[in-house]
Amino acid sequence: MSAAAEILVPGKAGEGEALVLTAPISFWGGVDPKTGRIADVRHPQHGEVIAGRVLFLPGTIGSSSASAVLMELVHNGRAPAALVLHEPDAILLLGLIVAREMGWETPMAVRLGRDQFDDYRGRGVNIGTDGSISLHAGSWSGTA
Amino acid sequence: MSLALSPEEQAIAAGRDGAGMAMRIVTESARLLGAPRLIPIASTHIDGALYHGDSGTLFAERLVEGGAKVAVRSTLNVGALDLMGCSRIRLEEPQRGMARRMMEAYRKLGCEQSWTCAPYQAGHRPALGSDVAWGESNAVVFCNSVLGARTNRYGDFLDIACAIVGRAPDYGLHRPENRRAQLVFDVSGLSSSFLASEIAWPVLGSLYGREVGNAIGVVTGISSHPGEDALKAFGAAAASSGAVGLFHIAGVTPEAPDVETILAGPEPESAIRVTPEMAARARAGLSTAAATKTIDAVAIGSPHLSHAEFESLERLIAGRRLTVPIYACTGRHALALLERDGRRKRLEASGVIIVADTCVVVTPIMPDLGNGVLMTNSGKFAHYAPGNTGYAVLYASLADCVESAVLGRPVFTDIAA
Repeated sequence: MSAAAEILVPGKAGEGEALVLTAPISFWGGVDPKTGRIADVRHPQHGEVIAGRVLFLPGTIGSSSASAVLMELVHNGRAPAALVLHEPDAILLLGLIVAREMGWETPMAVRLGRDQFDDYRGRGVNIGTDGSISLHAGSWSGTA
Repeated sequence: MSLALSPEEQAIAAGRDGAGMAMRIVTESARLLGAPRLIPIASTHIDGALYHGDSGTLFAERLVEGGAKVAVRSTLNVGALDLMGCSRIRLEEPQRGMARRMMEAYRKLGCEQSWTCAPYQAGHRPALGSDVAWGESNAVVFCNSVLGARTNRYGDFLDIACAIVGRAPDYGLHRPENRRAQLVFDVSGLSSSFLASEIAWPVLGSLYGREVGNAIGVVTGISSHPGEDALKAFGAAAASSGAVGLFHIAGVTPEAPDVETILAGPEPESAIRVTPEMAARARAGLSTAAATKTIDAVAIGSPHLSHAEFESLERLIAGRRLTVPIYACTGRHALALLERDGRRKRLEASGVIIVADTCVVVTPIMPDLGNGVLMTNSGKFAHYAPGNTGYAVLYASLADCVESAVLGRPVFTDIAA
């Protein structure tokens, strides 16, 4: 399984276990900026940790501070390994744009239709700097 | 569509100073959004001065070091500290120092020290049809919907970047054709007693946000203007449960004198007919606490309380002593009035803890109980308190919140939808 995705924000290549969210999330109030843990008790993936994962986002909701939370995750080394978005979210991705201005290393953000998310669920995923999305051979046992 | 920049904009973006950094952030966002150009803006409301971690402080200080200043009127949303000294913030060093440095950096950038999430009740009311760049989801939705000024949902950092360059990407809700309603949210099936109650607005806002997501809807079935504080509560709840940036209410909000005028086509793409059962489920969904005999605190004021809401609070307390504290969050604009008329002293004597410049879900104020129960009349507090404070939430009207705070146990008045 592989796909060529549109690059939304360039960054470093990433690999990690796919975390496919099944509901939109508000980063502010929904994700702990220190740990990357999903803190929203109403979210179906409550308790999962996004740090080091290839995060598939069907959508985002809520606070306009999502960018601040994502930038703080980058600064704390707890960002996802890459972000895969159904559609560009200017509020969230601003966290990556500003982190790049600050000279910090940021993960890639790419665009992929959410109907394709299920192909990657729980698998090891590579995101290339060219926007390519590919599966690891076998099941994910990486250390990313 | 590619972004066309004027020679002046290009020259600013090439700069190594703070304005250059701000312009690059604005233009990168514009490219991401597919905006063809930048447009001038009349004002900004900046949500970026709330401390979430050191990165935001370092960013603001980088702008200050680069000599940046805001080019248009810019009010500030809440910070992480109560600079007025009304409440004790449990933020420890070194975070406390970093939060203070952040607030100081935004002051140096030329922003007004408003420190409120309700700037529209603190004298910042842009004109109908004007383009502005506002952050803070409830302020955005109020600005668009109730004032009829035009803003997208500006995220942290883009708001200050737009303020510094005085421009914003031309896309989304800045364009009149994108402000029309696609769907109808009909509340005429609900009882008039429910619609006249205070809880109707946060409950319906929460339902609206979940049902419409980021689409634009027009609410029908409202016979008279419910008042600005009700619209404030509706928008805040809708922007918490969904990605709502603009709503219309037929016959109430300025761009919707009637349904026909504001609909994008002759017929809506969809119509949501709200039933009493839907409203009851939405109301129940605002609470997360299991059945409980006691509560630990009440929190009100998200968005920040207006002077009129403080009058209601004092009337409901009626001089009684509270068993558990009511945290009443507000801005310094309302605080000044409370001090002038002696109300602050009276409320504090009853056991109200006034929180100024900030609020209980953005910075640690309430005791860390582990399994505390919080009662609130705010749809926004109900949404965010569990994740941000660890308190389970009970949602109720202001009157029930006050009775519960007096008795120390939850009291609910039944209001059938």
